[in-house]
Amino acid sequence: MQAKTVNKIATGVLYIIAGLVILILAALLGYILVNGVPHLSWHFLTAPSRAFQAGGGIGIQLFNSFYLLILTMLISFPIALGAGIYLNEYAKKNWFTTMIRTAIEILSSLPSVVVGLFGFLLIVVKLNFGFSILSGAIALTLFNLPLLTRSVEGSLNSISNLQREAGSALGLSKWETVLHVILPAALPSIVTGVVLSAGRVFGEAAALIYTAGQSAPALDFGDWNPFNMASPLNPLRPAETLAVHIWKINSEGIMPDAAAVSAGASAVLVIAVLLFNILARWLGKVIFKRLTAAR
Amino acid sequence: MAQNTPLNTEKPTRNIYQFGEASEIALATKNLHVFYGNNEALSEGDLQFERYKITSLIGASGSGKSTFLRSLNRMNDNVATVKGEIMYRGLDINSRAVDVYEMRRHIGMVFQRPNPFAKSIRDNITFALKQRGMKDKEQLDAIVESSLRQAALWDQVKDDLGKSALALSGGQQQRLVIARAIAMKPDILLLDEPASALDPISTSQIEDTLLELKEKYTIIIVTHNMQQAARISDYTAFFHMGKVLEYDETRKIFTRPKVAITNDYISGNFG
Amino acid sequence: MDQIRESLLKTSVATKKERFGKTITMAALILIGLVVISIFYFVASKGLATFFTDKINFWDFMTGKTWNPSTNGSNGKPQVGALPMITGSFMITVLSAIVATPFAIGTAIFMTEISPKYGAKILQPVIELLVGIPSVVYGFIGLTVVVPFIRSIFGGSGFGVLSGTVVLFVMILPTVTSMTVDTLRSVPQYYRESALAIGATQWQAIYKVILRAATPGILTAIVFGMARAFGEALAVQMVVGNAAIMPQNLTSPASTLTSILTMGIGNTVMGSMQNDVLWTLALILLVMSLIFNIIIRLIGKKGELK
Repeated sequence: MQAKTVNKIATGVLYIIAGLVILILAALLGYILVNGVPHLSWHFLTAPSRAFQAGGGIGIQLFNSFYLLILTMLISFPIALGAGIYLNEYAKKNWFTTMIRTAIEILSSLPSVVVGLFGFLLIVVKLNFGFSILSGAIALTLFNLPLLTRSVEGSLNSISNLQREAGSALGLSKWETVLHVILPAALPSIVTGVVLSAGRVFGEAAALIYTAGQSAPALDFGDWNPFNMASPLNPLRPAETLAVHIWKINSEGIMPDAAAVSAGASAVLVIAVLLFNILARWLGKVIFKRLTAAR
Repeated sequence: MAQNTPLNTEKPTRNIYQFGEASEIALATKNLHVFYGNNEALSEGDLQFERYKITSLIGASGSGKSTFLRSLNRMNDNVATVKGEIMYRGLDINSRAVDVYEMRRHIGMVFQRPNPFAKSIRDNITFALKQRGMKDKEQLDAIVESSLRQAALWDQVKDDLGKSALALSGGQQQRLVIARAIAMKPDILLLDEPASALDPISTSQIEDTLLELKEKYTIIIVTHNMQQAARISDYTAFFHMGKVLEYDETRKIFTRPKVAITNDYISGNFG
Repeated sequence: MDQIRESLLKTSVATKKERFGKTITMAALILIGLVVISIFYFVASKGLATFFTDKINFWDFMTGKTWNPSTNGSNGKPQVGALPMITGSFMITVLSAIVATPFAIGTAIFMTEISPKYGAKILQPVIELLVGIPSVVYGFIGLTVVVPFIRSIFGGSGFGVLSGTVVLFVMILPTVTSMTVDTLRSVPQYYRESALAIGATQWQAIYKVILRAATPGILTAIVFGMARAFGEALAVQMVVGNAAIMPQNLTSPASTLTSILTMGIGNTVMGSMQNDVLWTLALILLVMSLIFNIIIRLIGKKGELK
């Protein structure tokens, strides 16, 4: 009898805890969306920000965030892909592999502010790239590499060894088999991993404050020559992203409608993460279907 | 039964068939030893395989027959240490001087579980050829057709070569895999229990295919199925605890084995 | 001469491709290794300059309670006692982990054992989404909701350790929960079945069997959450008050290693003592993340032994 009473109480407590957590999480999401979505308008999403007056937008920051994301992915994906392939396909169990695996684990657990400071020291100061999109993209690459590498490795690992044997038995090198058989088969989950990591990169701020900088100079959206200073594509211009913008206007406290702008920008970030999550699953499924469907 | 009777001293403990001068040897092993770590899984595998014949490797699980087979085209390179010589066309292909990928084009392999690529039926066959630089579409099409015909699969799939190979049945997949292997025009085909994962009908189809293939290929097949060995092979080697105890013409092995343990095995006393 | 025999002795295209592939993938891996080594090298060489170049005593730095790098104290040395930040960081980390743990474990049990259907359908996606929410968003909500709330209850400014704890609690909750869920799901089904089969109630099965089996994994999740809390910069910096003084109570303005670091690095000159001491804070962060890493490894090893 007593055990049954305890069981009832415990189950009740668990319901309460889960209920509380649901409440907290729902309130959090609700608060962001309810406070932020009303601020969203075409003007808000496209207009440049205003430092001292109300009514500014987040256009440049939004563009910067996406541009930075794309550059980061362009740099980090090939490296993570290579490293993931080596770890899963070639690495033997020896001191070298163990050391590198440990290094990757350590890199993934480093606080992003430390990664950002390292980027600041090495890229911004020593290599003299200044506060720029490129510096930011490199810092974000360092931040992104360990997770992306592991996700690539995991995706490759889930492909059956039978496929590798099949390639070997035909006289194909491991590299050919990996490139043309294993990678295509692993593509759905690799894409899912990439898009999920994109969500993480999109919202990162601490690594960017001292690399991509905290200013968003006006851009001329008619000028697409990456060598011009006002061109949106110039990778050497300083570029405050959306996440950095939220932090900055709140810590400076000079923008009169900082709370409203932050609320809107937070909603945009959360919606973006939501979209990345949905996109990741959807893309993975679509690619998987295309790969396995009868053509 | 035979296990309990003391070994007849007149019966030899080993009986290895000696090929005459006239027979053409496609592949031969000399003093082959395979180690997994410090464990010796196979020792003194000294066997010769005659050209255009089917040779069965039989024996209980763990007897070393699969290990032996996988060593023949160096599929064991990264898993085990293989010592000794594997002579093919006057070369020791176990030596590092031999290009392993090139060698495997001539000594192909089919595995226990069908392993088609997640590609179309056509691409399964043409993929490796394309990687080796064959681009001519007509030539590729011709090879697709001829190898599928040889594997007795052409009539069933000729209308949907673009279909995913994964949509085929297990038996069809295994024949596709055989077609894929012979598309490379190998000299020798190694098969590791190719029918053990299949139903009886598919099994007999595969056996028919193999009997036709031996006109052009030297075939070495590992099998658990004694009847299968008896049905299709010309020679049979019996593996026991990492050694070949008996190697002879198949009909002799299955009717009058010279080694007592072979008799025990084929009459089902262990294994 | 036998053509096949000839070709066997040449280097095939496949071999060349293999060499190429192996080389470039290995290069990518080595690049990552080099990055980690250089992070350690640069941060350590900068951070240690405080002690070697600026001749500041290590123990004074770690235990000093006054942080005012631009003025000299009574002993004629700069006032660089990092204890307030170290204390702040540890307090917030430990407190938020203590609060988050029961919630995370409870929710995870609910999701895996009590109501798997509801858990997988509704809670799982929400928690995955929240894991990905940028930390500045947590900081912003902390600033607009938590800080005013705490101000209205406890008075004062509302900034401080308590606000930081609340923000980090909500922030690490999804991470710890989803890691705990993974651990609980990896407990083999027959553990549950055999416990229930011998007449245990569901709670007994959970408490005596499942939680025991999952302990290493749950500990890992908690330490992982603590590592994340310890290294979090902006969310904390926005609500903690950034006063480099020893926290008097939970609601007085305080600071953490990360908050002082983020605030200060842009306002000091590279190479100066004021800048070096900030890098020392970064070095402490780096070492702490190493320690968290080692703890996670030790837990993993102990878990294996069981």
